Amino acid sequence: MSSNFKDKKYLWDKSIYVFTFSAASLVLLILLGILIVLMIESKLSFDNFGFFRFIFSLEWDPVKVDFGAGTAIFGTLISTLISLLMAIPIAVGTAIFVTEIAPEKLKKPIGMAIELLAAIPSIIYGMWGLFTLTPIMANYVEPILQKSFGWIPVIGTIFQGKPMGIDLLTSSLILSIMVVPFTASISRDAMNLTPSIVKESSYGLGATKWEVIWGIILPYSLPGIVGGAILSLGRALGETMAVAFVLGNKHQIPKSLFDPANTITVTLANEFTEATGDVYLSSLFYLALILFIMSFGILALSKYILARAERRFKR
Amino acid sequence: MRKFIVLLILLSAFAFFSHCKKSTTQTAIINGAGATFPYPVYSAWAQDYQKETGTRINYQSIGSGGGIKQIESRTVNFGASDKPLKPEELEKLKLFQFPAVIGGVVPVFNLKNVNSAELSLTPETLCGIYLGDIKNWDDKAIKEINPNAKLPNEKITVVSRSDGSGTTAVFTHYLSAVCPAWKEKVGTDTSVKFPTGIGAKGNEGVANYVGRVDGSIGYVEFAYAKQNNLKHVKLKNASGNFIEPSDESFQDAGSSGKFEPENHFYLWLTNAPGAKAWPIAGATFILLAKEKQEINKEVTKFFSWAFIKGDASAKKLIFVPLPNDLKEKIRNYWKANNIQ
Repeated sequence: MSSNFKDKKYLWDKSIYVFTFSAASLVLLILLGILIVLMIESKLSFDNFGFFRFIFSLEWDPVKVDFGAGTAIFGTLISTLISLLMAIPIAVGTAIFVTEIAPEKLKKPIGMAIELLAAIPSIIYGMWGLFTLTPIMANYVEPILQKSFGWIPVIGTIFQGKPMGIDLLTSSLILSIMVVPFTASISRDAMNLTPSIVKESSYGLGATKWEVIWGIILPYSLPGIVGGAILSLGRALGETMAVAFVLGNKHQIPKSLFDPANTITVTLANEFTEATGDVYLSSLFYLALILFIMSFGILALSKYILARAERRFKR
Repeated sequence: MRKFIVLLILLSAFAFFSHCKKSTTQTAIINGAGATFPYPVYSAWAQDYQKETGTRINYQSIGSGGGIKQIESRTVNFGASDKPLKPEELEKLKLFQFPAVIGGVVPVFNLKNVNSAELSLTPETLCGIYLGDIKNWDDKAIKEINPNAKLPNEKITVVSRSDGSGTTAVFTHYLSAVCPAWKEKVGTDTSVKFPTGIGAKGNEGVANYVGRVDGSIGYVEFAYAKQNNLKHVKLKNASGNFIEPSDESFQDAGSSGKFEPENHFYLWLTNAPGAKAWPIAGATFILLAKEKQEINKEVTKFFSWAFIKGDASAKKLIFVPLPNDLKEKIRNYWKANNIQ
């Protein structure tokens, strides 16, 4: 009977092993499957346009069957960059406020509000952006920006053009609003991890609140903040519906913040169901493959940076 | 408490499934997919058809390109496309094709001091605007045709479609027909490289942008122009008359078209020759798989019913039913191909 008992336990352990192993390999298989499908479908476009030519070409002409990813890649990168530039100071500032400066009673409501902001589906951001934000940008914000900065010799060129509200600036703004809650939550958690004894000792030495924040807390939580920022970068890269309504959907390199542009995700969402022609469809798959590789690459890069930063701090 | 919740869940599941059982009787379902433009008409017809015969028509408006692809791969029973396929393409994909309803694409604009139909355009000026050659509203070419209009000294914001669309196909076909520069530079398709302007998603998107941006011009199906109270232009047609978009001008364009069953009704109604014809009209087409004779008979039964009883609901939704002689030609086409 005792040998029976041992066999039963061993069987259970073995099945748990098999189950969890299959679950993990299933995830890997799906990832690989997607990559393989993307590569197979984009082969036609790859044969026609090659690698470097496709990435740097600014053409997107379905009638003349000439496609290039240059405009979409540029749009994706620049909108993500601008949104992060706007979002990270706000997110870190919010986190600092919630952890260090706010009175106890405010901490919980603000924390909850941030998390609610993160829970809003992206298409609602898109609709809100189109109906509410775009008129405000077109009638108030953008003209003021143009008047205040448009005259400066070199920087002023990015404020030229008729402010319509449907442009790079508005979509980057919506992206940054979507990115703030995530980054703020992660930064807040990272800042709460600063050992209080270090903070108290610096206060004891006569440091002001700002000196403690800038000199002690921020360096301690920097890996966490950077990690959060990079995860938000990944999310902003893949955003589609929030941006599709307000970006202007023009295959061009925007020369000003008030110009329409295009991103990979918006191009795919707009043109996929109606893409007639094999090269057209294949080029869309090629774009998707590029985005896949880009996101993968950025995630890998972020893990590497984080690992290095953590090693430096563990010293 | 927990037992009560479990009981509640079981009861609601039972109620849900027993309700399901009641409705799974022997109803036939016909699946179609394609153009977004005729979606309001097809769904109105489908509703009335189901009430009368019990057969359900399930139509998904995924766009003309999508409709063509889905009928090509035989995942749906019929495809719908604003862009007619050429006879060679139909032979290659083994499809039948016939028109279902007619509509018009209308340039709409937003100018503070100009009312609807007070702005007239010629094919050359419309082409120049969309090519980016005519940049301002008070350009000489526009002023010449509209001497009394208060045209502002403002840049024209051109709105086009960012997604692939039959509406774009009809509009660009018209521009290619009247404007050699357009034909050479841009061409005709459901998705083209517009030289200037911003792209909106769907007819709704274009209507939204034009409605909000002062000094803009765009093109939409007429139903959207009416529903959103957008100002439309008067356009000079092939006979030289400046025509407003309306049921009558669309009908005129439709009846002047010579649809031939021999080449599967392949015809663009753009730049129709009639005196009162609207220049940017187009029919929307139904595609059927050649080998699926049985299901094709069901589909033609539906459209035959729509040709007899669907005119009123089509008109209510601001579409133009096919002229009667064309309906006859289509019925003969069905008979000749054994799908009546």
